[in-house]
Amino acid sequence: MIHIEALTKQFNPRKNQAPITAVEDLSLDVRQGEVFGFLGPNGAGKTTTVRMLTSLIAPTRGTATINGLRLGQDDTAIRRCVGILTETPGMYDRLSAEKNLMIFANLYGVKDPAGQVQKYLRMLGLWERRLDEVGSFSKGMRQKLAIARCILHEPQILFLDEPTSGLDPEAARLVRDFIEELKAEGRTIFLCTHNLDEADRLCERIAIFKTRLITVDSPRNLREQLYGRKVVVHLRMLDPAWVPLLNDLSFVRQVQAMDNKLVVSLEHPEEQNPVLIRTLVQQGADIQFVGELRHSLEDVYLSLIRSSNGGAEEKQS
Amino acid sequence: MNNIKTIIDKEWLEVFKNRFVLFTVMLLPVLFTILPLVMLFAMRSSGELTGSTTDVPPSFMAACGNLAPEDCIQVFMINQFLLMFMLLPLAIPVAIAAYSVVGEKTTRSLEPLLATPITTVELLAGKSAAAVIPAIAATWVGFLVFVLTSPLVGIRPAVHAEILSPTWLIAIGIVGPLMAVMAVNFALIVSSRVNDPRAAEQISMVVIVPLLGLIFGQIAGVLVLNVQLMVSVAIGIAVVDVALIYLGARLFQREVILTRWK
Repeated sequence: MIHIEALTKQFNPRKNQAPITAVEDLSLDVRQGEVFGFLGPNGAGKTTTVRMLTSLIAPTRGTATINGLRLGQDDTAIRRCVGILTETPGMYDRLSAEKNLMIFANLYGVKDPAGQVQKYLRMLGLWERRLDEVGSFSKGMRQKLAIARCILHEPQILFLDEPTSGLDPEAARLVRDFIEELKAEGRTIFLCTHNLDEADRLCERIAIFKTRLITVDSPRNLREQLYGRKVVVHLRMLDPAWVPLLNDLSFVRQVQAMDNKLVVSLEHPEEQNPVLIRTLVQQGADIQFVGELRHSLEDVYLSLIRSSNGGAEEKQS
Repeated sequence: MNNIKTIIDKEWLEVFKNRFVLFTVMLLPVLFTILPLVMLFAMRSSGELTGSTTDVPPSFMAACGNLAPEDCIQVFMINQFLLMFMLLPLAIPVAIAAYSVVGEKTTRSLEPLLATPITTVELLAGKSAAAVIPAIAATWVGFLVFVLTSPLVGIRPAVHAEILSPTWLIAIGIVGPLMAVMAVNFALIVSSRVNDPRAAEQISMVVIVPLLGLIFGQIAGVLVLNVQLMVSVAIGIAVVDVALIYLGARLFQREVILTRWK
């Protein structure tokens, strides 16, 4: 659906100054119907990437195809077939919500503009306020209106830049549920976000990006690559002698004792847990709970970004 | 064409909700049409309408040809009013364009607009037309009202005929619209650099300087308004328009707006 090949963007701030590289050599593929998370710190080049992929700005080098349309050649067609929620979704504050959407429905050449506007205003709970000036709307309402605006023309590919940024938990939940609905309809969603919990819940795969692509994979695989899989065994009382005993088991990678808990690194917990538990029970352990220790996506993200910073610093020195 | 119409509709819906723009677009034409009529009426009532030939530059008197001296004096006075009238196609587009472009910059509503399939030419044409059309309409309607009502305030028939001379028809019909195009493109260029609509408007008002040159040139007797001068002015402004449209189009490229308009 989206195929990116060595995409690079450099800006020339002033004459006689070295160009600033915002995006360097980005290559990746986003599959049809996938929610793809694009994560990176502020200034990483995420918005620049989205602007290039939506034909708002031209790449310095490299290319991409969006739904089979080539950047630089089919720009108007690309803008027609994608929807974009910009980071700061500006509205015409003096106009009503309905007028705001009608303008965009007309610009996108929607066949039944009034019908589409009504559909999405109702879907996002704004129908009752359709005649009110947008200037009087709360941030959450504006964001919902901006989402309606980017989907009016029923694009198959959506670029959402920080869709829940600054929203209260209820509004953020509504937006996330709406993204789930869009995903269920089979739309491809390219999601830029700082909200790692959101990315974890919504995205099949994520890219971690800081000017260059650091990694792409599913959140689960990234956790496993970085931390392996770990099982926590809560005990009534911990006997330190059990640690070397478990370490002797061939499938155990590492054992850590913490208070009355044992944290055991395993490759395949589904197969190896029964043996582990049986061994502990045979030693007289009173087991209270057993669960998988999940590292948050935040841990993964910070670890990768830090290692990328380290790499960059090494490169500079 | 549909996209251009959508942009024009949007601009008018939004800009005319701004009281300051509405004031400029509505009040200036009324003021510039009624004020000369009131002054002419007051002068007739006080018997000053014929005036003295010493108030008129000799070069203008010479250019009056077969007109009686008192008619020439009236033509001279009305020319001043009509030159003031030419401020309309400059002031109105500047007010609309400044509020339209700077408003979009400050509310960040340009990016979603640029993300639609609209071309930059359509966007620029829509924004320009939304500023130019009200200016031309106001100028033409105001002039028409002046032409129709001036005989009622004591203008002599020979003087009235001068108002409808080719000089003023070229001025209102051709120079006015060209001035409006110049003003809107200049305002667009200024608006790309500033973030306050009032600042944009004030800086853009520099475009009235050449018109002031014409007004003071006529008062000082250096210039006499005639067809040749108007045609020369029209050609000069047309050249400036082409240059400004070229510059404006370069500034209105998507990438420039998104990355350099601060």
